[in-house]
Amino acid sequence: MQSPVSTKFELNGKAVEAKVPARTTLADCLRHHFMQTGTHVGCEHGVCGACTVIVDGAAVRSCLMLAVQAEGSKVTTVEGLSNADHLSALQTEFRKHHALQCGFCTPGMLTTAHALLTDEPDADRERIREVLSGNICRCTGYIPIVEAVYSARAAYRKNAKPEAGQ
Amino acid sequence: MSAKDAFVASAVGTPVERIEDLRLLRGKGEYVDDLHPPGLLHAAFLRSSVAHGVIRSIDTSAALKMPGVHGVFTSEDIARGSGGKVPVVSLRLAPLPELEPFGQPVIATGRVRYVGEPLAVVLADSAGQAEDALEVIEVDIDPLDPVPDRHASARNAPMLFEHLGRNCPITYTAAKGDTDAAFKRAPYARKETFRTQRHSAVCMEPRGVMAVWDGPGTKMTVSGAAKVPFSTRKILARHMDLPEECVDLIEGDVGGGFGVRGEFYCEDFLIPFAARKLNRPVKWIEDRRENLLTSNHSREIDMELEIACEKDGTIIGLRGQAWVDAGAYLRTSAAVPPRNVAQFCSGPYRIPNIHIESSVMLTNKNPIGTYRGPGRFEGDFFRERLIDMAAGDLGLDRVEMRRRNLPTDADMPYPLATLNNPEKKEELDSGDYNLTLDRCLAEFKWAEKAPLQGKQLPDGRYQGIAIGCFIEGGAAGPRENARMVIDNDGFVSVFVGSTSIGQGLETVCIQIASDALGVGMDRIRFYHGSTTYLKEGFGSYHSRSVVMGGSAILDAAANLKAEIRKKAAGKLGCTPDQVTVGAGLAASHSGRTLSLAELGGAGLSSEGTFANHHHTYAYGAAAAHVAVDPRTGKVELLEYVTVEDVGRIINPLTTVGQAVGAVVQGLGGTFMEHLQYDENGQFLTGSLADYLLPTSTDFPNIKAIVLENSPSPHNPLGAKGAGEGGIVPVGGLLANAVANALSSLGVQPRELPLSPPKIWSLIHQRST
Repeated sequence: MQSPVSTKFELNGKAVEAKVPARTTLADCLRHHFMQTGTHVGCEHGVCGACTVIVDGAAVRSCLMLAVQAEGSKVTTVEGLSNADHLSALQTEFRKHHALQCGFCTPGMLTTAHALLTDEPDADRERIREVLSGNICRCTGYIPIVEAVYSARAAYRKNAKPEAGQ
Repeated sequence: MSAKDAFVASAVGTPVERIEDLRLLRGKGEYVDDLHPPGLLHAAFLRSSVAHGVIRSIDTSAALKMPGVHGVFTSEDIARGSGGKVPVVSLRLAPLPELEPFGQPVIATGRVRYVGEPLAVVLADSAGQAEDALEVIEVDIDPLDPVPDRHASARNAPMLFEHLGRNCPITYTAAKGDTDAAFKRAPYARKETFRTQRHSAVCMEPRGVMAVWDGPGTKMTVSGAAKVPFSTRKILARHMDLPEECVDLIEGDVGGGFGVRGEFYCEDFLIPFAARKLNRPVKWIEDRRENLLTSNHSREIDMELEIACEKDGTIIGLRGQAWVDAGAYLRTSAAVPPRNVAQFCSGPYRIPNIHIESSVMLTNKNPIGTYRGPGRFEGDFFRERLIDMAAGDLGLDRVEMRRRNLPTDADMPYPLATLNNPEKKEELDSGDYNLTLDRCLAEFKWAEKAPLQGKQLPDGRYQGIAIGCFIEGGAAGPRENARMVIDNDGFVSVFVGSTSIGQGLETVCIQIASDALGVGMDRIRFYHGSTTYLKEGFGSYHSRSVVMGGSAILDAAANLKAEIRKKAAGKLGCTPDQVTVGAGLAASHSGRTLSLAELGGAGLSSEGTFANHHHTYAYGAAAAHVAVDPRTGKVELLEYVTVEDVGRIINPLTTVGQAVGAVVQGLGGTFMEHLQYDENGQFLTGSLADYLLPTSTDFPNIKAIVLENSPSPHNPLGAKGAGEGGIVPVGGLLANAVANALSSLGVQPRELPLSPPKIWSLIHQRST
């Protein structure tokens, strides 16, 4: 059987270490080892995007990545997008536009959109749609999600005040 | 409720941002897989890879020796632990004694009847170890000839249940008037055969069950409940031979329901069974392949439908036969799609003579159940296609033909066909159905688009438009219950039997309670669904949670105010009916006011109930504009407008949100979603790379308008069930738009999905 392997990385700004079987996915490690259950597992084959987390600035599917591959990386999950007092600008727009219903795909939508707007704060609706097309939502029909992300762009532009939790 | 403190709407009707969002957006929701009690074991299921066969042996000895494994159970173990008999899951809705024997044993017993049927469950320290152990279980199954479709099913050879003598457990009939006479005298009739394909909800959160057993005489606590926790408790308690009060079903956050989730499945017995047997908490989380393979399927219906009309387009008769591919067993909600397709095939239209038969056909596939707009999506596809074809034959305008047959206020209540066995009468409750048709035409700018019909764009694609009308049933009885308690801090805790499957129940019910009590939304605590909160609850299905639960909340609020009046009367020196209860539940009489704190209101409580045997009918119209590429068969949806009158809007954000979401879900079922089997009953679409779902780039231009012109007369809110209507017309509407676009090529789609190869073949067949 597999003996546990150690992996160290930065999770939402804190240095962490896990000893997990080598085959443990990053998603399972986050959820079941660090109890950061905001990252959701929807398909375990890299299609639905619910498990998306930000690794060194890139939106990645944590179900397709092993925990040990996160060694030395900076990992941000939905829990790291805001602090306890305030929703981030992106989260606020999601709420305002009713861009979530059951909330299961939402963490992946938020992390994907956060990574996008961090790199491309001027992304137009078409670009937003294109990038979000890797995340499946069964409730909203996507229209309010696209509008929410579009409306959050200002907060990501250079002169914008830093977001909560950043 | 006394006239003095009548319901004042201030929260109801406003687009209140959802309360649940605050936790869901932070990743602080609590779904069943987020629970990690100490000592937890994980379950994995060995499932049949054979569609139809006789089980010769299952050898679990090697699996039991695998690392981390604590138990492996097969049918024999379940029978031994359940008084010699394997429990059977049968119908919850519209049950009949003669259908019981077609139920599903919670674990395959002697025979397997579909790919995915559970053969064994392994319990281990981790999900990975449990899955490893599945690999070494040896199963010997003698294959039998499979029954792959309804045609093979009708031949009764082979039969899925030889001892029951037939593959068709029941044929339902929905009827009104004298259909034969109507067809005999009809100047025009047309008969067509249509088909809708097997697809389903595919909720984003897979199903999950977690069971904790506290030992005999105490509790079995099961998390992961959804939709109907009280019903699930009843079934589970019976199968586990436990008193109901020793079983609790706990509802956390739920990642989408759409009718499929929350029904009683095999795992809902097997996981609690394992927890009791091993005396350890046990959790099982469905993986996506299991979700596609084993969560209820729906929608696979063939129908021969015939319409009879006057020359002016007045519909005088509708008759036909539906064959519902029901899969291998009849589980909890299996009767609903076949019953609904018969009863609601006439949709929103005034049709005096109807005779529809609907046969349930068993096949070696995953069992069916309800999926958002069950039987209605299918029936609308069949009927709306036929109306467009009839309008074409008669040389009538498609809009005018519909308008001629829509009911108005003067027709209400309007009776639908009556369903037999068990008998179910239905009538449309209220509304002028032309209102939504007219509004839809205006929003869609139908008149402006009419000249585009069949016209080619510069890139060669053909444009088409279509409009369709629909109804949505809601507010299933018999009752719903609510309870209120004034907490020590002056907050009011509200408990309701309705369940949340992600639709925003929490916010909407707090809005209703806030207005009914005159207490700010931020001073109300809300609890729903779990069996721990109320003696009896019914849940969320048939678009009932707000109408039924919300009305029960109104009753509980009135009763709570009565308690306050009673208590205040003594202190104010008057009789209870002289006390006025105002904002913040302050009690006053002739100039003297006691705040809730001054009154000592903490601890006062009330119960409320709302009983209802009349369904609500939201109604609407939808229109679509498409461009079809004749070279590839690809359909682009250029614009979609849906208009629905829901009687009373509690929260416009959530009502419109669900309408748009329902449309896109319906577009998935119309264009891409297809649960496919081969001729041997092997499942072909076990991943999201094979089963295609709509994504953000597919359908960007959808507009939903929700109206409240026609309150339901059947509940104090005036609300009608909403949330399913959006999906109902989508298939028929889009097929009509495609037919309209390709009218010069003579294309008439009769089957869903409208996939590029299918459209391309229709074009190709006509031109060769």
